[in-house]
Amino acid sequence: MGPAAEIPAGGRRIVTVGGRSIGVFNVGGEFFALRNACPHQGGPLCQGVLSGFALPGQPGEYRYVRRGEILRCPWHGWEFDVRTGRSCIDPATTRVRTYPVELIPGPYIAETYEVTMEGDQVVIEV
Amino acid sequence: MATLIATGLVDCDVHNHPASDARLRPYLPERWRRHLERFGARTRHGLAQGFPYPKATPGAARVDAWPPGGGPPGSSLSFLREQLLDPLGVSFAVLNCLHAGSSQLDPELGAAVCRAVNDWQAAEWLELEPRLRASIVLPYDDGPLSAAEIDRVRGTAGAAGFVQALMLVRTVEPAGRRRYWPIYEACERHGLPLGIHFGGYGGHPISSSGWPSFYLEDHTGMAMAFQAQLVSLVLEGVFERFPGLRVVCIEGGVAWLPALAWRLDRLYDELRDEVPELLRRPSEYLREHVWMTTQPVDEPERPEHLLQVFERIGRDRLLFATDYPHWDYDDPVRAFPTPLPAGLRERVYAGNALALYGLPERPAP
Amino acid sequence: MIDCDLSVAAPPVSALRDHLDAYWRDSVTERGLRSLEPSYEPPAGVPRRPEPEPGTTLAVVRPVSAIEALHAEDLAAALAGALNDWVRVEWLDRDPRLRGSITVAPQSPERAVSEIERVAGDHRFVQVLLPVRGEHLLGRRLLWPVHDACARHGLAVAVRPGGNVGNAITPVGWPSHLVEDLASQGQAYQSQVASLVLEGALDRHPDLRVVLVGSGVTWLPALTWRLDKNWKGVRREVPWVDRPPSESLRRGVRMTVRPFDAPPEAFVEVLAHLGSERMLLYAGGDGPVPAVDYDENARQTYARLRD
Repeated sequence: MGPAAEIPAGGRRIVTVGGRSIGVFNVGGEFFALRNACPHQGGPLCQGVLSGFALPGQPGEYRYVRRGEILRCPWHGWEFDVRTGRSCIDPATTRVRTYPVELIPGPYIAETYEVTMEGDQVVIEV
Repeated sequence: MATLIATGLVDCDVHNHPASDARLRPYLPERWRRHLERFGARTRHGLAQGFPYPKATPGAARVDAWPPGGGPPGSSLSFLREQLLDPLGVSFAVLNCLHAGSSQLDPELGAAVCRAVNDWQAAEWLELEPRLRASIVLPYDDGPLSAAEIDRVRGTAGAAGFVQALMLVRTVEPAGRRRYWPIYEACERHGLPLGIHFGGYGGHPISSSGWPSFYLEDHTGMAMAFQAQLVSLVLEGVFERFPGLRVVCIEGGVAWLPALAWRLDRLYDELRDEVPELLRRPSEYLREHVWMTTQPVDEPERPEHLLQVFERIGRDRLLFATDYPHWDYDDPVRAFPTPLPAGLRERVYAGNALALYGLPERPAP
Repeated sequence: MIDCDLSVAAPPVSALRDHLDAYWRDSVTERGLRSLEPSYEPPAGVPRRPEPEPGTTLAVVRPVSAIEALHAEDLAAALAGALNDWVRVEWLDRDPRLRGSITVAPQSPERAVSEIERVAGDHRFVQVLLPVRGEHLLGRRLLWPVHDACARHGLAVAVRPGGNVGNAITPVGWPSHLVEDLASQGQAYQSQVASLVLEGALDRHPDLRVVLVGSGVTWLPALTWRLDKNWKGVRREVPWVDRPPSESLRRGVRMTVRPFDAPPEAFVEVLAHLGSERMLLYAGGDGPVPAVDYDENARQTYARLRD
């Protein structure tokens, strides 16, 4: 995807991989990747606010935890755990697809191949 | 989207908004410009800016709907095309501008601002995009001023772009009361449906036991305001007096209508002599005169329950709406908990709206 | 059959004289306060001496008064106490099948609690009446002492029609006709249900039951769908609501079955949409109602009917 330093802590980048839109998040130095589509109505989940979670408790009690780890869909506000992709209101059955993220030491030098045109055909020599 | 509905989607509730108040200034007479600068806009709640029940999101908007070039959601025509009209295959969208002009305490100021909003809509939206239609915004708590604005707009060159007159649901008095009749007369005169949209500030608490604590209650309670308006319109005999009046409930949800019709019929059978001008049972007036946009679509645990409710309301009375750019937006494909069956689908997504608003199948190029 | 709503008109104030102390007895006479008849019922619409239907094994008497309309809380509390003593002497003592509803003056939660404490020792009283239109929504914290007192004594909270304390019956102002007022009470019940669940009042006492009396019933499914949907998106505004509102409602809310707004052809559909037959309590009257196990529901609802 690119150098990890390009996504600062608390930041994100949305990329397209294999036709899928995927959000990659840096949560305090850990990286997580989620499908950019809310399981509810398909909203672009990864464009949502990254916020905290208000724990259930007594009426009038606001125990606010995990700031920066709860992703809220930009459409209807459904909350998801950015670490697991699980919905906060229905973790058992509602979840967004997550992908493993691996940090590999760089820098890379990508292999390159020669590309030529033969008529209207593109040809890659491997 | 082509597979969803071949004729193109008709979105019956889209919100445009001036990028800033300055954008309306060219459409306001000097007298009212000065008035606004000196005294501000005044409505029936205490905050000069914002809402007494802070919304779920800033401006109650989808977080992804802020135009990249700046300005509030709904302020950019190009971004509206890019985010809504093009990807969803919208053939027509009805603009319902929720500018606060409609609920000003000073009716003369309200009327001036509504005139400005309507002229701004004609020049900066309808002129530029053939897929757009608009509602005429009104200072609706003043019947004569509102009727005059409907007449004025219908006399302008851009009249054909305006397909509906618009009130917000939280009026000062129930909608059946006499003060609103000039609006209904004007709608009949011009063959325009009357849209009643979520929102407004009439000064009354949303519950008959005072103001609730939460935005959740305010938003949920809005469905009750719609119920109250239909109760009033039916039982005050408005549909007997204005038999051509067609009312569109916009953004009230839908599932409550059958239960309301049952309740009204039961009470009518018991107490009809209190309202002798009614010649038919309330459910018959509702069935004939009322359309509903489907958003925010109800999400019962069992999806078939929603279809049962739709059948009771009537296949020809349901209109699809997204409510773009607001947070409780309904996606045309995914919002319904079950796909709409063939026959219903074409009507909800396009056919009913085309018939109601007298639109051609496709926009003129 | 257990009839959970035997409504009876409150007597003329003169009939309460024996249950008032000397100050209030003279006061109501000298100031000409003659009646507590509510303006939200047709004139003389509530029977004075109703007979339980044949086959009734138990019936919960509900005196119909506009106690909440009086602005002085001491006066209202005195009359509420007198009304409760009148129910005890004129009804409960005369017919062993009858059970009582406690009238309280909602003007003062503190006075309401005192009255509950005064009367609750008599286990023939099974519920406490609060008007569907009050000064405050029933879920609000200032009314929690009333809920707490009910829970403490195994009394149900009964939300009854009426009340008229300054707020319009509709969110859009005052309608012209009585029939509109009665239609709009359906929305008043909806507001109360939303308040009770979203304020967390319903879940504070898992055993507390809220009985909606004469609500019309069939508006509830649409409300629960809307509440569940909104809760999923805006839950963080009320973090203590830790489950879909429909779950709390089905557990905590009960409804007397008359009047039933839907016609018989829709009974099956409405029951399916309600999702629970346990919520319905029998109430006497004319016309068909859905067939459910009303007696079992009543015993599950009223702790004091299980004694």
